[in-house]
Amino acid sequence: MDFLFGPFLEFGFMRRALVGCLALAVAAPLLGVFLMLRRTSLTAEVLAHGVTPGIAAGFLIAGLSVPAMSIGGLIAGLLVAVGAGALSRATGGREDAALTALYLIALALGVTLVSLRGDTSDLTHLLFGQVLGVDDPALLMMAGVATLTLPVLALAWRPLALECFDPGFAQAEGVRGGLWHALFLVLVVLNVLAAFQAMGTLMAVGLMMLPAVASRHWARELSGMAYAAVAIAVLSATFGLLASYHLDLPSGPAIVLMAGVLWAVSVIAGPVDGLVARWVRRPHLAG
Amino acid sequence: MPRGPAVDLANLTATHQRHPAVHHVSAHFAAGSLAAIVGPNGAGKTTLLRSIAGLHRVDEGRVTLSGHKPRVALLPQQSGMDRAFPILCLDVVLQGLWSRLGAFRGASAADRDRAQHALEAVGLGGFARRPVGAMSAGQFQRLLFARLLVQDADLILLDEPFNAVDARTAADLLAVLRRWHGEGRTVLAVLHDLDLVEREFPDCLLLAREAIACGPTAEVLSAQNRLRARMMAEAWDESAPACAA
Repeated sequence: MDFLFGPFLEFGFMRRALVGCLALAVAAPLLGVFLMLRRTSLTAEVLAHGVTPGIAAGFLIAGLSVPAMSIGGLIAGLLVAVGAGALSRATGGREDAALTALYLIALALGVTLVSLRGDTSDLTHLLFGQVLGVDDPALLMMAGVATLTLPVLALAWRPLALECFDPGFAQAEGVRGGLWHALFLVLVVLNVLAAFQAMGTLMAVGLMMLPAVASRHWARELSGMAYAAVAIAVLSATFGLLASYHLDLPSGPAIVLMAGVLWAVSVIAGPVDGLVARWVRRPHLAG
Repeated sequence: MPRGPAVDLANLTATHQRHPAVHHVSAHFAAGSLAAIVGPNGAGKTTLLRSIAGLHRVDEGRVTLSGHKPRVALLPQQSGMDRAFPILCLDVVLQGLWSRLGAFRGASAADRDRAQHALEAVGLGGFARRPVGAMSAGQFQRLLFARLLVQDADLILLDEPFNAVDARTAADLLAVLRRWHGEGRTVLAVLHDLDLVEREFPDCLLLAREAIACGPTAEVLSAQNRLRARMMAEAWDESAPACAA
């Protein structure tokens, strides 16, 4: 019991990190499910790395200040989102190579900018997160973003799903797919930004994508996948923070590793296309 | 008085990268007609359908639908769809209510009943809770017809609706077409099976980038017209000058 609750009861910073991460764990994986279904998982990666130079620029100007780094990250993230969209149109949907180039450049630029002024611990903080970094502004940001994401996504749910399943029909019915998609990308940028204090820019996507990928093995239908993804993310955040505390690991990688363990469990034991379900031969039905 | 609109194409030209896919086509389909659009591969059939639906830019000429804001539904070829998407059959059929429910309004019990009836009408009564990933190509096409039924459109445009379906499914779907025709809707279908066209479709447009003939099927599909359609050059002429016609 002490192992599970001790750190959160005893230390305010652990409670703050937990509350912030749980808020994001409810919102971010839902975005991840749509990113996965659109086969644009790479876009999340690009956006996450794309915010890095902006955050680094904020850090250069104002030090470890959440508002400065967030505004820098938001500007950079939106620029990258627009750039990625333009690349996608220019390459007729075969944008993966160009996007890879984009995120490598963004990452290198971000690391270079931080190295200009900060030391290694600043860099580690930026890239991999730091539970102690979840101060009041950061916590407000995480809770605020989650609070914004859920209702907006609820409104965008049907158009996004329709656009994903049958873009031709969506177009014929006059669904404004581009508009909804732009709104969706803004949410992705905001979630990545909110996550970076606790998880770092490199790891922020982990809480978004890994539970989403794992959810495929728990449900055959979109809403079921959404519930499964949120449940997996909540477990990952909680046990990841505990592991980070007990084993003295950076919090971002600890949470993502925990999500990775749950993904592996899903692949092996999940009821939909899980390995066990495939190995165990049950007699076929009569009709 | 049929509820479907008359479709009038006047000197219609639609292009891909300035090369005409549909070139100076004039044709008329009367209100409530059941018409086939036939022609060789690359004849511009899909582009023509998309132009009529307002989904492809018209470079010259125009498409006129009679009546007051007729509702148009297009069944495209399946290639653009994500058939692995985690969605249940009944929800796909409910998509047909988009024009009424839009992004936010919920589907009522009556709407669900209607969707269920549409599934039954295409022989998929027991499939409501089945994910689409588990369906065969023919079953999936039936499902799309169920969605069309729910759409309740005045003008229905079908792009190769009987591709990859077996004889029985084709017969069932054909019965749906006849039902629409009987209700006075205008139905235009791109087809390749000329025997089927001669048997079931009173009217026909033979397209080979230009309109070879349009009218009663027996006249349109004369041996001479078929030969002319086959002569169409499929390739673009890269050095073609701007069209003066």
